[in-house]
Amino acid sequence: MTEPGKRRDPAHRSRLLLTDALTTGTHGLRSRRGRTFLTAIGIAIGIASMVAVLGISSSSRADLIAEIDELGTNLLQVRPGSDVLGEGAKLPEEAPAMIRRIGPVDNASSVSTLDTDVRRNRFVENTNGLDVLATEPQLLTTLDAAISHGRFLDAGTATLPTVVLGSVAAERLGIIDLRGGPTVEIAGRIFAVIGILHPLPLNPDIDRSVLIGNVAAEQFLGAEIIPTAIYLRADPDAVEAVRRVLSRTVNPANPNEVEVSRPSDALEARARVDENLQNLLLGLGGVALLVGGVGIANVMIISVLERRGEIGLRRSLGATRRHVAVQFVLESASLATLGGLIGSGLGAAVTYAYAEQQGWRVDIPIAALGAGVVAALVLGAFAGLYPALRAARLDPADAVRPA
Amino acid sequence: MTDRREPRLQLLDVGKDYPGNPPVRALDRVSLSVDDGELVAIVGASGSGKSTLLNVIGTLDRPTRGEVIIANQRVASLSDAGLAGLRSRRIGFVFQQFHLLEAVSALDNVATGLLYQGIRSGRRRAVAADALRRVGLGHRMNHRPPQMSGGERQRVAIARAIVGDPAIVLADEPTGNLDSRTSAAIVELLRDLNADGATIIVITHDRELAATLPRRVTLHDGLVVDDTLGHVGAVEVAR
Ligand SMILES: Nc1ncnc2c1ncn2[C@@H]1O[C@H](COP(=O)(O)OP(=O)(O)OP(=O)(O)O)[C@@H](O)[C@H]1O
Ligand SMILES: [Mg+2]
Repeated sequence: MTEPGKRRDPAHRSRLLLTDALTTGTHGLRSRRGRTFLTAIGIAIGIASMVAVLGISSSSRADLIAEIDELGTNLLQVRPGSDVLGEGAKLPEEAPAMIRRIGPVDNASSVSTLDTDVRRNRFVENTNGLDVLATEPQLLTTLDAAISHGRFLDAGTATLPTVVLGSVAAERLGIIDLRGGPTVEIAGRIFAVIGILHPLPLNPDIDRSVLIGNVAAEQFLGAEIIPTAIYLRADPDAVEAVRRVLSRTVNPANPNEVEVSRPSDALEARARVDENLQNLLLGLGGVALLVGGVGIANVMIISVLERRGEIGLRRSLGATRRHVAVQFVLESASLATLGGLIGSGLGAAVTYAYAEQQGWRVDIPIAALGAGVVAALVLGAFAGLYPALRAARLDPADAVRPA
Repeated sequence: MTDRREPRLQLLDVGKDYPGNPPVRALDRVSLSVDDGELVAIVGASGSGKSTLLNVIGTLDRPTRGEVIIANQRVASLSDAGLAGLRSRRIGFVFQQFHLLEAVSALDNVATGLLYQGIRSGRRRAVAADALRRVGLGHRMNHRPPQMSGGERQRVAIARAIVGDPAIVLADEPTGNLDSRTSAAIVELLRDLNADGATIIVITHDRELAATLPRRVTLHDGLVVDDTLGHVGAVEVAR
């Protein structure tokens, strides 16, 4: 700071204490409360929408992840893929037995899609796009499925002309409960409905199916039981290991013809798909924020024009150009920070209300709230730079002169 | 001249042009020397350069030509920040249109006079309270300017100018907006402050009022045409 050849007595320099800089920097805001509030609203809307987007999507994701955790991520599914010629491959008949021999596999069940239709009765043409699956009683355990009405197939009923309905199947067939002993018709034969399943979020294909015992399928429909899907529960710590050996275990000769998947992955993907929409909304919030920032810059420029006298006065009292610049940058930053605080509060409130209404667990991202306030502060400081420079560059003699 | 103290303020052959076509010569070859404790009136017609002269003396404006020396410091040798430092401690301004902060109390307005000296707020207010009592406004400290009369506001502005005990007080038409009785009270106040040791330079277009002051400098078209207590020596130094 010291220029050569010039006497510089530090006792004669102007000084502005930090606390005074802060009070001076909010003086303009305190003396024009209405304008301050209206200008802050612009920033608040931008911050609020961004916080709400983050809060809502994080609440929805928290909900989904909790749901996935509840359903378990150790359910694997094996399906036939296609062979080298692109034709549909088949799972070997002994595949379920092979899978059960893998150490960390707790249990496994297979289903076989039968080439037949199901309808409510012979007068109904519509087959509702429902599948008829032959399966075994332990499917209930493997899928961790719950029964909403009646019972699942057991060793006895699996050999009789009885069916259990998936939740969607029951709905489409118009069977709400088991009162009156409802029946369905499969390939011209009547089957008694003995149970209805709760929806299975991991296995929507089961929801759309009518389940029948393997033995009954062979006996009453003359079906040949070839597994079209095998479900298995693995030790949660060994899911990946099991997944890696599955295709080779199921079809050692052609492991490529086996498709292994984890149904919970699909749900997790849904959580990720939302990111596109989230980014779009964040972008819109960012635009709102930017517009708010431009609004602040505008108001600050007007404020500098209106307050020439005050600026001149402060210069006459000993303020340096830098003191004046700092005052206006601080003013702009505090204005924006006020907007950021209002916006974060608003965003949190919107998140809370929306999540409550959706029945989600509320997950307000604290980091986003903090980031919202800091972003507003930084934006405000930048928006204030140009007006502050203009204020600092005002010629003090011009500024004190009556307009 | 040997019995005189070191002049507090010296202008040597000062000129000030404002840009324009042709440029406005607001001050021309002004030489002036003001000692400690003087009370000087600057008079002259509108547009004669009085405000320009005051701004140059107060270092708000730099002269186009010549030399301004305040408290042994050559203004030309000081940076903008250096001048600000000089203003913060050595010079007090009173403006015709007050330039008070409307949103804060009289006390805080006066305390602002010490803001850029880096003095803590508690101490500023204590000193400001003294200054307000000195101008007779001890009972109006917590009123804001819009709640005060013109004369009271002007006294707040004067209190702010003197709160830091500056060597020089510069007042640009401090009575311009006031009725004659209030004007007289303000002039009386300036006299009292002067009696307490402050050097005061006051612009006025009120000739009657100026006539009662010990020294009058008359400007015409930027030139000093009369100085009732001129220091010819200063002019000689400049030549
Ligand atoms: N910023 C400026 N730009 C150009 N010309 C200016 C500027 N400021 C003042 N002037 C001109 O300089 C001259 C002196 O102006 P100044 O304000 O010093 O006069 P004054 O004696 O204070 O007048 P008044 O009694 O009306 O206040 C005038 O002619 C004025 O028009
Ligand atoms: Mg003037």
